[in-house]
Amino acid sequence: MRKSRIKEVKEKLKREKIFILFLFLGFFLIAFVCITLGNMFYKQAEDFSGLVDAAKDPVVLTAIWISISAAICSTLIAFFFGVPLAYFLARKDFFGKSIIESIVDVPLVVPHIVAGIALYGVFMRSGVIGAPFEQVGIAFTDAFPGIVIAMLFVSLPFLVDAAREGFKEVDPRLENVARSLGASHWRTFIKITFPLAFSSIFSGAILCWARGISEFAAVMIIASFPRSASILIGDRFTSYGLSGLPGIAGSRPISVLLISICLVIFVLLRMLGKRRRR
Amino acid sequence: MIRIKKLYKDWKEFSLKDINLEVKKGDYFVILGPTGAGKTLLLETIAGFHIPDRGEVWIERHNITNLPPEGRRIGFIYQDYSLFPHFTVEENIEFGLKLRKSASPDANRKRLKEIMDWLDISHLAHRYPATLSGGEQQKVAIARAIAIEPSILLLDEPLAALDLRTRDYLREELKRVKHELEITMVHVTHDQTEAMVLADRIAVMMKGQIMQVGTPYEIFNKPQNEEIADFVGVENILSGVVRNNENGVAEIEVDIGCNIFAVSDYHAGKVKVFIRPEDLILSERKEESSARNVVKGKIEGLNDMGPLTHVKLDNSLVALITKQSRESLELRKGDEVYATFKATSVHVVR
Repeated sequence: MRKSRIKEVKEKLKREKIFILFLFLGFFLIAFVCITLGNMFYKQAEDFSGLVDAAKDPVVLTAIWISISAAICSTLIAFFFGVPLAYFLARKDFFGKSIIESIVDVPLVVPHIVAGIALYGVFMRSGVIGAPFEQVGIAFTDAFPGIVIAMLFVSLPFLVDAAREGFKEVDPRLENVARSLGASHWRTFIKITFPLAFSSIFSGAILCWARGISEFAAVMIIASFPRSASILIGDRFTSYGLSGLPGIAGSRPISVLLISICLVIFVLLRMLGKRRRR
Repeated sequence: MIRIKKLYKDWKEFSLKDINLEVKKGDYFVILGPTGAGKTLLLETIAGFHIPDRGEVWIERHNITNLPPEGRRIGFIYQDYSLFPHFTVEENIEFGLKLRKSASPDANRKRLKEIMDWLDISHLAHRYPATLSGGEQQKVAIARAIAIEPSILLLDEPLAALDLRTRDYLREELKRVKHELEITMVHVTHDQTEAMVLADRIAVMMKGQIMQVGTPYEIFNKPQNEEIADFVGVENILSGVVRNNENGVAEIEVDIGCNIFAVSDYHAGKVKVFIRPEDLILSERKEESSARNVVKGKIEGLNDMGPLTHVKLDNSLVALITKQSRESLELRKGDEVYATFKATSVHVVR
């Protein structure tokens, strides 16, 4: 009985050979991520008081709040302009469509320090866009709006691409039927198309938000002040290393705090998204 | 009444070319054609999902060519049912009802209940579409479409994705919809049986054009050209020359090496001859009967198709006989048989 069972497993392993090899290879990447982040958490756990100090430090908390709120703002902007664009791209075929789609994805391939330089040129006080905004009292350089636009630039493809794919998965025939039943195009979008594409748009928005928070290079060029979390972490790393000095948090405790908060929000949002989908 | 005048439309790989159609009020009108003929495009253009490149669509006395679909009150049913997956059955049916400004919520509830009872789907009210069988989904789609009391119902291959039994059942339901609600129905299909059973009138559509419009009898027995004949299952298509005509019965020399008689007004010239395979009677002996044509042949192949058997003769004629007659004749490959058919069963075209 047992022998046959072992034989069965052996047979199965033989048949699944390629998957076993691929799992083995893939495991290196999983390990790479887990060891890197796990080690950081583990080291910080040894210095728990350092983490508590960082969590009490108003400078640290302000920086984290700036990162999170600026990323929320950039995600909302990406949502407001990106969802209509995504719907258009999903439904219409036109000459030059692939060019438009490529432009949306350009931020993915532009080095972020370059993106920062480019943004600075346009949004600085004398820049093409910066100057008129300066007139109405909105500054981008070394200001909160600067962080937002830097985040927006690097993260918008995530939302637009996800939303476009989401809209593509909604059968246009559902829209046709809704309209034949008397719903206007606008109402059809609100009641049928958007709810059905929502889970894709939502995961795109989460990615967009997370990518925004992580941005360093572009933010550093255009608005290293007010200090957002990644800028602060960068500063502390160059000045005080990983662990910091008594009374001054190093880069590691801030990092651990930042990703802990982000992970909690991420998990909560994911759960919310799942609930909505049901 | 629907009237389509000189309609042209190009869309993706499909096109409509000079479509002229008139569907009478209360008719069950079937558009029959092979895949890729543009049938769906035509139906979607009538519904207003596409704007025609040229031409007009009229309903009753109104030109609705430029009216958006939501203003047309035309019900639409797709092959894959297209139920809103995030709504329950009830919410699906209510969707259109709630958009009617004139009716009160109470009236809508009443109408909803009425329709669900009428189609026997009340027990499904709170289920989501993904949990329903194909037949149930299509009934919900029908309920949703007729809820808004449309004057016209358009159906795009509504039975194609269903199993045979459900298809038969829903075919009867569609007849019931037509008779009890007196709706004009336009039904697109590639299935001849469906067309034969349901249609008051049929339009044959090929390559974006309407080839022939007529009653089921006319379409299946008197196709206007070889292409239509081939599509509607006329398996005996012969070329011939008219040699003589006496009192409306033409004697035609056909390319299988014999002369046959046909009811026709042609007196001379080259013609095409169509004979449906089920109009051929096979027998072992040359029988004396009122039928004008008897052709001898050797059985080349027998193809069992369930209740019917497809018999191919060496002179290229094809007969469709019942299983019973196959058994009583004890037909075998190589047997010599006589194929008998009436002069009225032979359709002749130029």
